[in-house]
Parts: sequence; C-alpha cells; structure tokens
Amino acid sequence: MRLRSLILTLYLVFLTLPIYWLMNMSFKNNSEITNQGLTLYPREFTLKNYINIFTDPAWYMGYVDSLIYVALNTLISISVALPAAYAFSRYRFLGDKHLFFWFLTNRMAPPAVFALPFFNLYSAVGLFDTHWAVALAHTIFNVPLAIWILEGFMSGVPREIDETAFIDGYSFPRFFVKIFVPLIASGIGVAAFFCFMFSWVELLLARTLTNNMPISSIMTRTASSAGMDWGQLAAAGVLTLVPGALVIWFVRNYIAKGFALGRV
Amino acid sequence: MTLRLENVSRVVGAETHIHPTTLTLEKGTINLLLGPTLSGKTSLMRLMAGLDRPTAGRITMDGVDVTGLPVRERNVAMVYQQFINYPSMTVYENIASPLRVKGAPKAEIHRKVMEAAALLRLESQLDKTPLQLSGGQQQRTAIARAIVKGAGLVLLDEPLANLDYKLREELRVELPRIFDKTGAIFVYATTEPTEALLLGGNTATLREGRITQFGPTVDVYRRPDDRATAEIFSDPPMNFARMAIRGGQMSLGQVLNRPATGPLAALAEGDYWLGFRPHHVTLGAESPHAIRVSATVAVTEITGSESFIHVDVGAERWIALVPGVVEYLPETVIDIHLDPDRFFVFGTDGRLAAAPTGAAAA
Repeated sequence: MRLRSLILTLYLVFLTLPIYWLMNMSFKNNSEITNQGLTLYPREFTLKNYINIFTDPAWYMGYVDSLIYVALNTLISISVALPAAYAFSRYRFLGDKHLFFWFLTNRMAPPAVFALPFFNLYSAVGLFDTHWAVALAHTIFNVPLAIWILEGFMSGVPREIDETAFIDGYSFPRFFVKIFVPLIASGIGVAAFFCFMFSWVELLLARTLTNNMPISSIMTRTASSAGMDWGQLAAAGVLTLVPGALVIWFVRNYIAKGFALGRV
Repeated sequence: MTLRLENVSRVVGAETHIHPTTLTLEKGTINLLLGPTLSGKTSLMRLMAGLDRPTAGRITMDGVDVTGLPVRERNVAMVYQQFINYPSMTVYENIASPLRVKGAPKAEIHRKVMEAAALLRLESQLDKTPLQLSGGQQQRTAIARAIVKGAGLVLLDEPLANLDYKLREELRVELPRIFDKTGAIFVYATTEPTEALLLGGNTATLREGRITQFGPTVDVYRRPDDRATAEIFSDPPMNFARMAIRGGQMSLGQVLNRPATGPLAALAEGDYWLGFRPHHVTLGAESPHAIRVSATVAVTEITGSESFIHVDVGAERWIALVPGVVEYLPETVIDIHLDPDRFFVFGTDGRLAAAPTGAAAA
C-alpha cells in the first residue's frame, strides 16, 4: 500500500515537474533564471512577464488570432462532420465503409505534405495570412476525426428514436436539432475538444500559411541579440496551456469515451 | 379508416422479407401478427407505417394511395419492443411531442396529455425523464405518446416482450381497454399464441415473410388452414405424426394400426400428417374413443402446476402437457392416450384435411 502511493507520487511529480518549472520560471526575472542556478521557487516574485504580455498588442494579439482560427476551425469541423457522421451511422451506401476508412487515412499524412500546396493555393486566391486560411487547412485533419468520434456516439442512439420522431411528425431538421443533437451533446463536446486541441498546437501549417500569426510562433520573437527572454517565454507558455486546460475541464467526464471514438 | 395492402412485397438485396401480401384491416379492430422471430412481423409493420417502401404493390388508407407517402405525413403511431422515448425530454414532453409538432393549442395539449397519463397511470411520473422510470412505465409512456396522437393506425411491435412477467400480465389486461376507446386500427405483433388468444380480435399468422392465414383469432386457432398455421398457433408446439389411411385403417408407422373412426372416417386413402395439441395428450383415457399408445419418456419439465412430458413414440418426439406434478425418469415406458375427436389432419402438401369441430378444437 505504501509502495503503491510512493510510486504514484513519484509518477505525479515526474508528470508535473516540467509544468511546475515553467510556472516557476514565468514568475522569475531573467537574471534569477540565468545567474542564480537552481531555485525551486522565485526568490524575487514578479508579474512583470505577464503584465508585458497583456499590455503589448504584438503579444496578446497572438492569442486572439490563434483563438479566432481555432474557434473557426472547430465550428466548421463540427458543423460539417455532424451530417456526415449521421449519414455514416444511419445509411448504407455504395463504398460507405471504404469512404469512412479513407477519411481517417487523411490523418496519416504529415501536415508538411500539405503545407506547400496550401501555401500556393491560398496565395493564389488571396487567403494567405487570414484566419480562414489556417481554419480551413486544419479541417483536413479535424473533419475526419470529428466524423469518427461523432459516428460512434450517434450509433449509440437507437435508430428507432429517429423513426419515432418521424412518426410523430418531426421534419428532419427539427428532429436533428431538437431531439438528436441533445442526445449526442457529450459526443459533440468531445469532438470539439479534439478539434480544438489539434488546431491549437499545430504549428507548421499555421505558420506557413500566415505571417507569424500563431502564438507559438510569436514566442520565437523572444530571441534577440540581447539573448533569450526566458521569463517572458515561460509566461507565454503558461498562458498557452490555459485554454486547453479549460476545455478539458468541460469534457472531463466524456474524454475516455471520446478517446475510444465513442465506441465504448 | 381501412388499411389495405395489395400484393405488397419487400425485397432487400437477395432476400425476400415479405412475399406478395394482400390484407385488409378495418377500423376499430385489433389485428395480431403472430409468428416466430424473423417471420416478417416487423417488416410488415414497417411497410404499414411507411418506414420502408414496398418493392411492389400498393398500400391504401380509406381508398387513398399512400404507398409512397413519407411516414411523417401519414396518420400512424408506433410502439417498439425496446422502450423508445426521447431521453432528453420529460415524460410530459414525451407524450406531448406529437401534438406539439402539429402545433395544437396549449390547453388542448395539456388536456390530452393528462387524459393519456390518467389512462396509463403515469400522472405522478410526468416531471421525470424516461430513464428515471421503470421499464413498464417507460413502455407506458411510449404507448401514451402513440395514443395521444389520435392516429388512425397504431402499430405495436411486441410491446410487452421486454417487460417482466408481472408487468406484462398487467399491461396485457389494460391494453384492450385502452384500444377500445380510440376506434383506430390496432396492429399488434407477438410471438406468443397465448397473448394472441388473450387479446382476441383478428390474427394473421406469419411464417418466412408470408401470411399463412388471416381471420378472427379463435377461428384461426380452431381451424388452421394448413400445417404452418397450426405450428405457429400452438404453444407448446403441436405434435405431429405421419399417418397413412389404407382400406379404412389408419396407421402411424409401426406404432398404431386401427380403424379410421370419427373425423378420420371421411378421409380418402393416402398419406397425411396427423396433428394434436400437447394438452390433448392425456395419461388416463378421458374419452371412450381414446387411443392408447405406449411411449418412452425422454424428459419431464415441471412448471409448478403443469408438467411437460417429452416422449418418444417410434421415430416421433411428442410433448404431453398434463395438469399437476407428474415426474417420470427418462427411459420409463408409459401409456399415453390420444383423443381422435381432437385430431387435426393435414395433407402431405400441408393443407387442412380434417379438423375437430367446435370446442373439441380448443
């Protein structure tokens, strides 16, 4: 029993240490980080790094821009995936299983493969350096994933519920919005979470298709001729974790089912 | 309202789910679809409801062709074997749902929901969601929703099959009472002959996508047109034996050879199937005409008030349903008695050749 808690404690420390160290650094000034060696907590506690991020538009607009394209992407992915997943879950049509699998194979390609064609295409149609550019590019990975997750959740709803609604006289759109969507609400939450996370951490496409828009690429600005601004970088890193942590909190009860693509 | 199916069939891929079927159901009647699993009861109901389109044939309601009409434009209600309700709505909203879609006035919705809830004894459950209810209450909610719509055609697909024994008995008693008040056409699918007899009305027996017979339930039970119907409409299954009639003698292989009397006397010479119900096999001779047959016990099952004795007679396996607790060890040789007044005789083509008259057929 004691061994078990000991091992668990060690594991937890191991997991949280990098996050703790990031937070620790974000409250230090640069001289403490570079000169004083190992300090387990900030000797001179400072909020300077955070204040800097929230007052400098170059910094905080990075978050705003990232959040805009992430939200756009999540919205597009879910609204496209909902009808697609319904079709896969409820109808049999020619090649449905192959199509379903082919969707997922899209995720097997590395984003770098798509970077150049997207860059070329978006420059040509004037989408370069817009939120839409990144949001649309990310759908190539997020729509298949959302379809897979939602299909699993939808197949858990008996088909007879659809039929009962039609017998009751519901039109398809009304049934979908009023009856079906509430039944798979948790699935939509989980799918949205996965879309959000992918889009939030994806760097290569976001950076290629914009002029330094994603927050992670803005962080590289901290390197200057005067050296690295370590404290600033750490504070930006902590703030990058926050949206993900918030989203996880909302779907925490369904996340395991989501990882199994709704097939639990 | 009259529902009429004219040569309706349904083929899915290489499988024929429903062979061409013609059937007329009248207003205010209970119509039972009786048949084993996969006999096509649900397929037929789905065609009636408009959930599936027939491959061929015509469906009319009051003479109006509704064959291609989508289900939401039809005047039907359906209750499934599984308890299907909208889990995210309260019981009240579940029952009110078809009326809300129609856009009925609030006061009318309330009145009708309360009426249906009273009929199905759900008044105290209206604020709960379906998943907080017991199975019986969930199914009552589904039935209430079907009734409140005031549909001309109400389809019940084995509505009691997933309920426990006690609730099933209870709802089965209530259902005819509920049916009577609406004047709709009720179609009720079941696998149990007993349920069909208890509900009365008309019965259509189904086997492998074909209706073998349709008529008043008691008539179908007492005078099955063919062997298939007799098999479907008997629980435990009807006993059968190969029988030959030659020169006024009936013979069951080596087992029995005696003069053809009673209903058998009028039969032409030839080969037949002899059928008799398990509860007409008795241990003692209960009629002066009773035929004694010697049989070997295979197994006995005792339900408490009745015993099922499975016996081997020649190459045939029969079941005797006898009152009380009767227990024999396997391999025991016993005498059983058959009553020729209660024999059903079918030709080798399966058609009925002779049947008991009146109450003797029960």
